[in-house]
Amino acid sequence: MSEYIEHDQEGISVGIVEKKFFTFADPPDEMVLENGARFGPATLAYETYGELNADKSNVVLILHALSGDSHAAGYYKEEDEKPGWWDIMVGPGKGIDTAKYFVICSNIIGSCMGSTGPCSTNPKNVQPYALDFPVVTIGDMVAAQKKLMDHLGIEKILCVVGGSIGGMQVLEWTVRYPDMVVSAIPLASTTKHSALAIAFNEVARQAIMADPNWNSGNYYYGPKPNLGLAVARMIGHITYLSDESMRLKFGRRLQDKGDFSFNFDADFQVESYLRYQGKKFVDRFDANSFLYITKASDYYDMGNQYGEGSAVKAFSKATAKFLVVSFTSDWLYPTYQSKAMVKAMKKNGLDVSFCEIEAEWGHDAFLIPNPRLTTLIKGFLERVCRENPK
Amino acid sequence: MSAVKTQNNSMRYDLQIIASWIDPGSHVLDLGCGSGELLRFLMNNKKVTGSGIELEEEKVAACIEKGLTVLQGDINEEVPDYPEQTFDYVILSQTLQQVYEPDTLIRAIMRIGKRGIVSFPNFSHWACRMQLLSSGYAPVTKQLPYQWYNTPNIRVITIKDFRKFIHDVGLKILKEVAINTHSQDRYGKIIKFLPNVRATYGLFLVGNKQG
Repeated sequence: MSEYIEHDQEGISVGIVEKKFFTFADPPDEMVLENGARFGPATLAYETYGELNADKSNVVLILHALSGDSHAAGYYKEEDEKPGWWDIMVGPGKGIDTAKYFVICSNIIGSCMGSTGPCSTNPKNVQPYALDFPVVTIGDMVAAQKKLMDHLGIEKILCVVGGSIGGMQVLEWTVRYPDMVVSAIPLASTTKHSALAIAFNEVARQAIMADPNWNSGNYYYGPKPNLGLAVARMIGHITYLSDESMRLKFGRRLQDKGDFSFNFDADFQVESYLRYQGKKFVDRFDANSFLYITKASDYYDMGNQYGEGSAVKAFSKATAKFLVVSFTSDWLYPTYQSKAMVKAMKKNGLDVSFCEIEAEWGHDAFLIPNPRLTTLIKGFLERVCRENPK
Repeated sequence: MSAVKTQNNSMRYDLQIIASWIDPGSHVLDLGCGSGELLRFLMNNKKVTGSGIELEEEKVAACIEKGLTVLQGDINEEVPDYPEQTFDYVILSQTLQQVYEPDTLIRAIMRIGKRGIVSFPNFSHWACRMQLLSSGYAPVTKQLPYQWYNTPNIRVITIKDFRKFIHDVGLKILKEVAINTHSQDRYGKIIKFLPNVRATYGLFLVGNKQG
């Protein structure tokens, strides 16, 4: 997702921010994971922007997607080339206004961005966990985030917001801890992956596991499965775009040449783009984390877990006010999936708003500057803030 | 002239009347809510809760930005999802003439709402009658400003027709008002004498027979 990071055109930013860490679940008080295993200690990386108000009623929790991190906004140091991944949305006067709200962005367990994941050191043998890391779920990620909220002394969250897999965490929050969540914004998300989404994830995982350097996950002391991870990322990028956006962005244009090379170099711009994105990704992401997080997203099925197969029943546990947003060209988390969750919310008499934004950029549309999305989120937040009993 | 005391002259006249029918504190669903004019008025002035359904993204966004609860969607598909008797009032203002299956929709409305409020342009207004009689062409009026081939108004409804329709589908008219106004006009008047000929719009409060 980082390739979309853009500086705010007006240069407005939360400024210098700091990545923080919270460690919990020290033995013998480990977390009990959904697969039954006990796990601990665990660390979550997180960042906060803005000020917590006196009655702690202005908390907005941002949850990120597959390859994201806790760095949603601002800069770590002045020389940083790029701000956090959602800097266009988060900052003073922006859609999520840091002058009004105390914004927390939490990383997820299983990640390689500062939280405990497969590349972290296993205290038992002082080696990287690799595949000894337990298969965590979206529910486990959210349970860990709840520990972070407890640690920060936060009992009520004004709004939980996130896109894609971040949206799954949003939904999970609303049914796992309904009393804590005043409102929720799942963007370009779903209560369960379609077979299409699982299929793409599986091909991406296979690309990693087919790389001889992967070595059953044990590559931390040798060459990394960079080729496999790069291909996995390339597959991801195809699914994040759309036929239309690729046509507009690349068409059949050639990269720096007037004719075909008649070999297997990157001739087309789209090939060159995918290769570049793949290559860039391996510098910042861990292949095993990619396996774990995509698996967690494939396993997620809110209706199964909370409603005996019925999303309607699952949402009967929720009390939050919802703003659901989908994008017309998103074929990975298509509008019908958002509509299905809206339907389930309606059947429970929940307060739900839904907007399908006309956007050509596919699944990634929520990361790209979009005045409509900004004003939707802003208006919704202002309302839930106004209606929230003090 | 107006027998209805209206509190907000910036709102469409038919919406002003509809608003005057709604009890404070009610739970309301506005079908085809546009940019949320009526819903916002009701929330601010009558402490009403509720939501709207609107097809156009731009209008939906305008509503949500204002702090209203609004769903983007087709009313025919969205209405059946709600549990029975969810709302005190379900409003269908100036949309019935665009609905493909009005009988299905009105039944669905009366399932999810205790009361229905329906307004529509009156096709038997004298201007329509005169045009058809004198020119032989399908009428084009201020209220129905389209040609037959490009109109979204696929249903031709008169005030008399609507009364019969409500009777035929087994419902009950609790209140009715006929008004004369242009649809965007902030002012209008209630027509009591020969409404089916003289009124441009009919407004009805509909209830279930037993209720």
